Amino acid sequence: MSKFTRREFLKTTAGAAAAGTLGFGSQDAFAQAKWTPEKGAKLRVLRWKRFVQGDEDKWMENTKAFTAKTGIEVRVDHEGWEDVRPKAAVAANVGSGPDIIISTFEDAHQYPDKLVDVSDVCNYLGTKYGGWYDVCKAYCMEKGKWVAVPMGCAGNAVVHRIGAMKKAGFEEFPKDLPGFLKLAQGYKAAGIPPGFALGNATGDGNVWTHWLVWSHGGKMVDEKGNVVIASPETEAALNYGKQLYETFIPGTLSWLDPNNNKAFLDGQIGMTANGISVYYAAKNSQDAKIKEMVADIGHANFPVGPVGKTTELNLFFPMMLFKYSKFPNAAKAYLAFMMEKEQYEPWQQAAIGYVSHPLKAYEKNPLWGSDPKNLPYSNSMKVMLPNGYAGPMGYASAACMADFIMVNMVAEAISGSKPVKEAMDRAKARAERYYKV
Amino acid sequence: MQKLFNNRHFLGLLFMLPAGVLLLVFLTYPLGLGTWLGFTDAKIGRSGQWIGLDNFKYLVGDAVARLSLFNTLFYTVVASVIKFALGLWLATLLNRNLPFKSFFRAIVLLPFIVPTALSAIAFWWLYDAQFSILSWTLTKMGLINQYIDFLGDPWNARLSLIAANIWRGVPFVAICLLAGLQTISPSLYEAAALDGATPWQRFRYVTLPLLTPIIAVVMTFSVLFTFTDFQLIYVITRGGPLNATHLMATLSFQRAIPGGSLGEGAALATLMIPFLLAAILFSYYGLQRRAWQQGAKD
Repeated sequence: MSKFTRREFLKTTAGAAAAGTLGFGSQDAFAQAKWTPEKGAKLRVLRWKRFVQGDEDKWMENTKAFTAKTGIEVRVDHEGWEDVRPKAAVAANVGSGPDIIISTFEDAHQYPDKLVDVSDVCNYLGTKYGGWYDVCKAYCMEKGKWVAVPMGCAGNAVVHRIGAMKKAGFEEFPKDLPGFLKLAQGYKAAGIPPGFALGNATGDGNVWTHWLVWSHGGKMVDEKGNVVIASPETEAALNYGKQLYETFIPGTLSWLDPNNNKAFLDGQIGMTANGISVYYAAKNSQDAKIKEMVADIGHANFPVGPVGKTTELNLFFPMMLFKYSKFPNAAKAYLAFMMEKEQYEPWQQAAIGYVSHPLKAYEKNPLWGSDPKNLPYSNSMKVMLPNGYAGPMGYASAACMADFIMVNMVAEAISGSKPVKEAMDRAKARAERYYKV
Repeated sequence: MQKLFNNRHFLGLLFMLPAGVLLLVFLTYPLGLGTWLGFTDAKIGRSGQWIGLDNFKYLVGDAVARLSLFNTLFYTVVASVIKFALGLWLATLLNRNLPFKSFFRAIVLLPFIVPTALSAIAFWWLYDAQFSILSWTLTKMGLINQYIDFLGDPWNARLSLIAANIWRGVPFVAICLLAGLQTISPSLYEAAALDGATPWQRFRYVTLPLLTPIIAVVMTFSVLFTFTDFQLIYVITRGGPLNATHLMATLSFQRAIPGGSLGEGAALATLMIPFLLAAILFSYYGLQRRAWQQGAKD
């Protein structure tokens, strides 16, 4: 402190005053007052690559606005979402890399000690915007502290044809499992059978198979991380799945992520699980036949099973700030800025609802009301469980999903290639290998 | 110093040094590291502890790993044998005096020069459960009334991928064998013809023995490429359906990188080495024996 000269003191205070006139601490919704950026701060951000162009354009625009307000340069790199995870793990371990990494699922639980405590940012945003959905806490809180800021999730819902649903005797999309099965049978009878991915489809395969098992009360692990997948509940789920599978279009065992989109838009299937992208592809299509389909496309959340609560899985995105960052305050300011209503809502609109919000206040985003068909996707964070449900999250839960344990168990059992009990035991053996660590 | 630079042995070593360093840094080190990782429980982003043979013991008992070994051997053997037969046949055809010879030789290489990822996507469409042009054509011709489930049935999927691999691999075998055929002196065939040898005898007693050294090299490479194939599988099936097309390479990647279990993935990759070594040794000591090439019996 003794070396702090009068000249430097003047410079610093003048800087602070100048910053004030730029908006720091002013009453606009700009949160920088709380996190005074370090001098000369520059940020590097790594995030998953867009699913829709609007997302990336608006995100970059918001980033530019942040730079304009604060003078902090931000470089944003985009990588395919499945590549971000290994890179983040290496960055965490090596202790060098982008200041902020926007990754997927439970990454924040894999190396929580390498992440900056962002409780101040999350508490500020939570208080201001109606609170976080519960699943955010499961993904981003460790020992009572926030170790990542939830960005939202890419929601998945049931995409289906309304006309054939009505013909099958349903005015509304069924909310229970018997109804859902009956509807599936109805679609089959109408010549547009359902189709759900059963190949090693990272997104679409994992999403619906987890729902199937969870909705019946089955789960990979209990609260303590003991593998309990081989259970009467899972058995019930798989037996139900068998009946469902009988209605499927042939070939779903080979389906990867893009297959259901293609088959749906071609009018070959009447029901599948997907992001909002099918609907938007139809809306923006130049093809008259596909355009005609738009009015007939409906969206619904998955039905609730005997457990009596929603049990969906969606692709969750945590934003992690690493301890090796030289500019943690600037990074916190950036994270808060991007999550503020002025930035977040337009960004969500630009991403046409592909990303569902983690903060409850954004339920009121006009995007959701602008087209009632968007509504099921606005619930995505509300209706989901974390992928490591019901156990602790971390390396084991991540590895189980990457190894398609749930998908393969369901595929083996419901296609009849393995007896239900054997499929469960195989999944159990594999999961125990990961959870033993 | 001057004296040192005049020393042949020292200069020899000095000139070999860059190559030695390259080999050490880019071949020996990664291979050594990979093998070492197989004996640890390393995770991505976390260095591991030495756990001895634990990974290997687990893999031997793991049904999916065993299935991947079977898949790999089946894939390699069937694809390599067919690639060899088709390649040799194609090479002998191209070795004849055909019109537009150069044009045909160039065109044969096409499958080999198309990037694998692109041809894999083309095959993915060909085999699609709903949009397969093959199924469509057969349906229109009235030969089938339901689309073929190319990739959804385990055996169909294995055979479909083998077909894709063969399509891609035949040109390599054919062009290399063609090069070998061209080195065989025409006078040998003339002599054989004068002795009254039939075309089959000419092939069996002139072409084949003289071609064996190149066959050994080409097939070694072909087997190695097939055994370690990754891209075709990863684009077309990702190892599905029900792990029926997971090769050791794809399963090793799935467990090591997306799954984070570097140690286990590395162990699985290490398990490929004995098979690859066996293939190399077989070709060098089996097919390259001079006596055998000169027509002697064992």
